[in-house]
Amino acid sequence: MSKLVKSIREAIELAGLKDGMTVSFHHHLRNGDFVLNMVMEQVAALGIKDINVNASSLFDAHTPLQTHIENHVVTGISADYISSGLGRAISRGIMENPVQFRTHGGRPSDICQGKTPIDVAFIAAPTSDPMGNCSGKYGKSACGSLGYAYADAMYAKKVVVITDNLVEYPLQDWSISENYVDYVVQVDAIGDPKGIVSGTTRITRDPVGLVMAKHAAKVIEASGLLKDGFSFQTGAGGASLAAAKFLKDIMLEKNIQGSFGLGGITGYMVDMLRAGCFRRLMDVQCFDLTAVESLREDPRHQEISAMHYASPTSRSAVVDSLDVVILGATQIDTDFNVNVHTDSYGYIMGGSGGHSDTAAGAKLSMIIAPMFRARLPIVTDRVTCISTPGEDIDVLVTQGGIAVNPRRQELAYCLKDAGLPVIDIHELKEKTEAITGKPQPVRCGDRVVAQVISRYGDVLDNIYNIPEGTK
Amino acid sequence: MRRSMLFLPGNNPNLLINGNCLGADAVIFDLEDAVSPTEKDAARILVRNTMRYLDFRGCETIVRINSIDTAYWQEDLDTILPCKPNLILLPKTCSAADVLAADEYMTQLEEKLGMEQNTVGLMPLIETALGVENSFRIASASKRVKALFLGAEDLTADLQCKRTKEGREIEYARTRLVVAARAAGVDVYDTPFTDVNDDEGIRVDANLAKALGFTGKASISPRHVEVINEVFSPTEKEVDYAYEVMEAIALAKAQGKGAIALHGKMIDAPIVARAQRTIDMAVALGMGREEA
Repeated sequence: MSKLVKSIREAIELAGLKDGMTVSFHHHLRNGDFVLNMVMEQVAALGIKDINVNASSLFDAHTPLQTHIENHVVTGISADYISSGLGRAISRGIMENPVQFRTHGGRPSDICQGKTPIDVAFIAAPTSDPMGNCSGKYGKSACGSLGYAYADAMYAKKVVVITDNLVEYPLQDWSISENYVDYVVQVDAIGDPKGIVSGTTRITRDPVGLVMAKHAAKVIEASGLLKDGFSFQTGAGGASLAAAKFLKDIMLEKNIQGSFGLGGITGYMVDMLRAGCFRRLMDVQCFDLTAVESLREDPRHQEISAMHYASPTSRSAVVDSLDVVILGATQIDTDFNVNVHTDSYGYIMGGSGGHSDTAAGAKLSMIIAPMFRARLPIVTDRVTCISTPGEDIDVLVTQGGIAVNPRRQELAYCLKDAGLPVIDIHELKEKTEAITGKPQPVRCGDRVVAQVISRYGDVLDNIYNIPEGTK
Repeated sequence: MRRSMLFLPGNNPNLLINGNCLGADAVIFDLEDAVSPTEKDAARILVRNTMRYLDFRGCETIVRINSIDTAYWQEDLDTILPCKPNLILLPKTCSAADVLAADEYMTQLEEKLGMEQNTVGLMPLIETALGVENSFRIASASKRVKALFLGAEDLTADLQCKRTKEGREIEYARTRLVVAARAAGVDVYDTPFTDVNDDEGIRVDANLAKALGFTGKASISPRHVEVINEVFSPTEKEVDYAYEVMEAIALAKAQGKGAIALHGKMIDAPIVARAQRTIDMAVALGMGREEA
């Protein structure tokens, strides 16, 4: 038996892809990914139309999708995150059907439950053997964890593994097993390593970012959660990493060993593991080369699937055991609803990813954001788009003060007792607007271009088109 | 309470706008060295508007104007004084006459603006050999002088020596300024530590300044502010001891004694005065006891 086929085109044909079907992709190759474009080019060349693309995320590297949309090759998109290249075109209204945004937990949940069936999953694999045992830890295009691809592999009707590092059977230390794989295709390159992972993640030197990061670490310390067994997730942004650094200092000084660090894993989280701040790293996605190497070499660093990470319909997911998560925001309103989907003009430029999953699961979910970015205040009366509902956000840390969700009065008392500058979110908004002025609301059209589907499956908010003639 | 004073370039809107969030007890808006001659007017307006529109509650404002041997200083004061900064930092102050010249102009302006006299204080920046030698006269030249400030970069240039991290070349200037300021009854602030990446160095330098008697220390980097605040704040142990001293002296008074021993040492007036200063600072920092 051989699963090896000569080309992507042959795999598409063998998989029986037809008009109206759904294909899926993971985003572990991030902005360096070649696979989605290679597959869709062949789909278009085969004259197949009306395809629904279900991708865990879409990056600027995937802007060729725009042509496929215009040619009706692609008529549906479902993703957890869409960066601004394609996002802007979607906001202008190039799709007839609204895009469906899910979360990193909601996506695999819906796949597992059959709500979003996948006809053919195309899995970019930095290393595979001819039977489809594959891994992201090895090869010239190594990306580390393949966490977001598991549900696709397990539940798609047909599964095609595409690799640029075909090794002898059996591959040791596989992530996705041959059990799920129908076809294997070898290509020259599945991606550009420069876009797949960054070399090093750097901590901000911006004084304002450092002030926020210090506040964030002190909030965690004052919350009472920072004790042996502590668990933590943070993003790869400069201020989030700086918060992790200050947290690390506190943990080492107080000799606290946490149970696990979670998430998209950066080199900084690896440093914390190596310094003894955590017993384990649970890794759904690697952000840099240090994380990839650690996942490969260190048995304490564990790859997990997106279901294991965050699915709300799993019997349990790691986010349910999470103590603290540090998250970002493009906007937050006075009810603590957070927008991470649209920019200040209302254009799509992101998505929830694991934002609302971790916010829902963590005992303390914290937003770090400056009071204003360029000309615009971060706190508003109502966010342009609700990505994560305010009921799941506990605290907003800015350089101008720390706003605590009124639902968490006890936390506000703890922070005040610790001498932290707690401020009412309305007061923070006024304080910021005294500097920036009050921005005019975003001028959206009346056509829904995307639906934000909560991790539980209901429509949380709609994103409307931005009419031509608007900046 | 002014432990830390953070310099912010008067022509950097991003830093100015966040100046009150960086943890310093005071910010120094700089119109002098940080601003090139072609940008003096723009920086002046930017600083004026920053002070006019931003809330600096909990953070003192100080403006370093240009020195009185330039063509800018009077216009600096014309623009800045109506915003009522806490202090004007007067660079290259060499003599009491320099202080009196600035004082006279500030008095005229305050009268013109209908402000109470001495609303805005003066902090001479001592950064020349002559200034160091005249420091007591400078500190006591006018009631408007609230503190002296040592500027080691220009001073070492004037002394024709190299500025080092260890700072042996400014030992004399440091001790001289502390003595002069204390003799005149004003505060005294130490020069910034200029290696922004040396986290240990700033702590050593701040500890030295505190040990010599400085009230606080200036900084050119927001990264140094926290260490300076920490060094110039009383420790919990110091606060506890201060309360013990005050309790002991209260007991002595109640017993009609003039002096009393605490932990085997006699408590006298200077110790009580120091304990009171520690308690005042602890209260200001929220470290005080409720009954205090």
